[in-house]
This record gives sequence, C-alpha cells and structure tokens, in this order.
Amino acid sequence: MAPLIIAVMPIGLVFGAVAASKGLSSLEVTLMSALVFAGGSQFVAMDIWSHPASWGAVGFSALLVNIRHVLMSASIGTKMPAFSGPAKYAAMLLLADEIWAMAETRAAQARLSAAWYAGLAVPFYFVWVLTSLAGSVAGAFLGDPKAIGLDFAFPAVFVVLLMGFWKGRQTGAVLAASAAAAVLTHQLLPGVWYIAAGAAAGVIATLVIDQRREACA
Amino acid sequence: MTVDPNVFLAILAMAAATVLTRISGLLLIRFVTIGPQQKRALEAIPPAVLMAVIAPTALVTGPAETLAVLATALAATRLPLLAAVATGVIVVAIARALIGA
Repeated sequence: MAPLIIAVMPIGLVFGAVAASKGLSSLEVTLMSALVFAGGSQFVAMDIWSHPASWGAVGFSALLVNIRHVLMSASIGTKMPAFSGPAKYAAMLLLADEIWAMAETRAAQARLSAAWYAGLAVPFYFVWVLTSLAGSVAGAFLGDPKAIGLDFAFPAVFVVLLMGFWKGRQTGAVLAASAAAAVLTHQLLPGVWYIAAGAAAGVIATLVIDQRREACA
Repeated sequence: MTVDPNVFLAILAMAAATVLTRISGLLLIRFVTIGPQQKRALEAIPPAVLMAVIAPTALVTGPAETLAVLATALAATRLPLLAAVATGVIVVAIARALIGA
C-alpha cells in the first residue's frame, strides 16, 4: 500500500499546481479533490476550464472520463461478498483506478475484506486531498515533475499490477486486443475514449475465444 | 480562500457524474445474473482496462516511455511493487535525459 500512497503524492501536487495556475483558490482545489476524487477527470477539467466555470462542460467530461468506473465497480462488486450493503456503496465512493486495481489484485489472491479496503482507500483519499492543497499553495515553486520522471510513477504502478493478471495465452489475447484498440482510438479520438475502447476490445476478445472453444468441444 | 458559486457548481456537477459511474456498476450486477460466460467477461476487464490505460504511454508517447515500461515490466517479475516502480521512474528520467524526449 505504501507504494500507492507515495505514487499519488506527486500527482496530487501537480494537480494542485495546475489548478492554481488556472485561477482556482486553494479552497476550491481542496473541495474538488475531496468531492470528485478522480484524478483523470480533474486533469481533464483543468484542460477545458473556462471563466466563468461551465458546470455542464466539466460535468459531462467527468461523466465520459469516468464511464470506465461502471465496468470497474461491476467487476469488483462481484468480489465483495464479505462487505455489508452500506459498506459496499461506501467502498464505491472511493473507487479510484489505483484502489480498484489493488483490490482486484488482492481479490485474486485472498478474500477481500472491508477492513483491508478501508486501510488502502482512506489514507489514499486523504493524501490525494492534502497533496492537492499543498500543490495549490506551492504552485510555481514546484518546478517540472517530468524532469525527474515522477509523472511516470502511475504508469509504472499500472504496469506492475498488470503483470499480476497474467494467466497464460488467453490473457495475451485480451492484452493484445486491448492495446491495439486503445492505441488506435487514442490516435483518432480526443479525450479518454481509448480506455473504454481498450476495455471493450479485451472483453470481446475473451467472448470470441470462449465461443471458439465451445465450437471445438 | 474563496469559493466562487460557478466553480462550486462545476465541482458538484463533476462529483455527481463521478458518483453515478461508481455506483451504477454495483446496481447493474444486482439486476443482471452472472453466468460463467459473464464471469469470464468480467474477469477480462481488469487486465484490459490496465492495458488500455498504459498502451498510449507504452507505445506512442516516445522511446523513453516505451523503454521504461519494458524495464518496469521486467523488474516486476523479480522485484516488489515499490522497487519496480522506482526502476521505471529512474529509467524514464535517464532515458529522457539521454534521448532528450
């Protein structure tokens, strides 16, 4: 869990700094991180930020960026028999990409407990909110995180987690389909449609392999 | 330390959209029965989403990122999470300095 917390720090600082440069006050930055708690959509919102702020534009873009959460919560939801009803819904409110990926990894090895999930998600949440605040205050003093490679921390976390899902050739087909669809969509469409496209391609690859297997049997 | 009403409304809209996406998957599985095929489809989601998230970084951002993704993946087979992530960060920083990307 420590690696995730450390990886989120530079991202939170950068978000705070970017938001401050767009004219958001520290309180506004903190509120956004606390209430939205979805880094990808927060960065996209900063990309399209206007004065006065357009709630329709940023709300709709958040919906598109986070549409992948529907699949993610459906997937992790089936692995939460140990959670009470309210605990399940509370857990979903903190379902960031990184939390979800760690929880999926955990569920593949052991029974997912509410205490384990809270121990991961709650500190992650507070570090995200606090580093956003710190970034908005520090702002210009921060310098360029790219120079020391810190922007690569999250992609690296995702790579390591991905390696844990390898289960042989069928996984290879899923990954190849997902990568091809994601890169193609990324080149052709703006925004984050590439994540939805990659997810869909991976699922379709699995279903196609299933049908072939049934046809052979 | 002020909150502009317009900004607050925008934040609320983003929060509402995000909560909706996070809850709806949970609601979905209450009303759809999960058979073996649906189960396999759901199991494909985690690796497919992770791959989709990193594919542009891994393949089309630049040689430094491609190299660092490979290094991280290799390191992940031998090292714990934090060490593998550190490997990736160090490799990308060095590669960017050398290649100038």
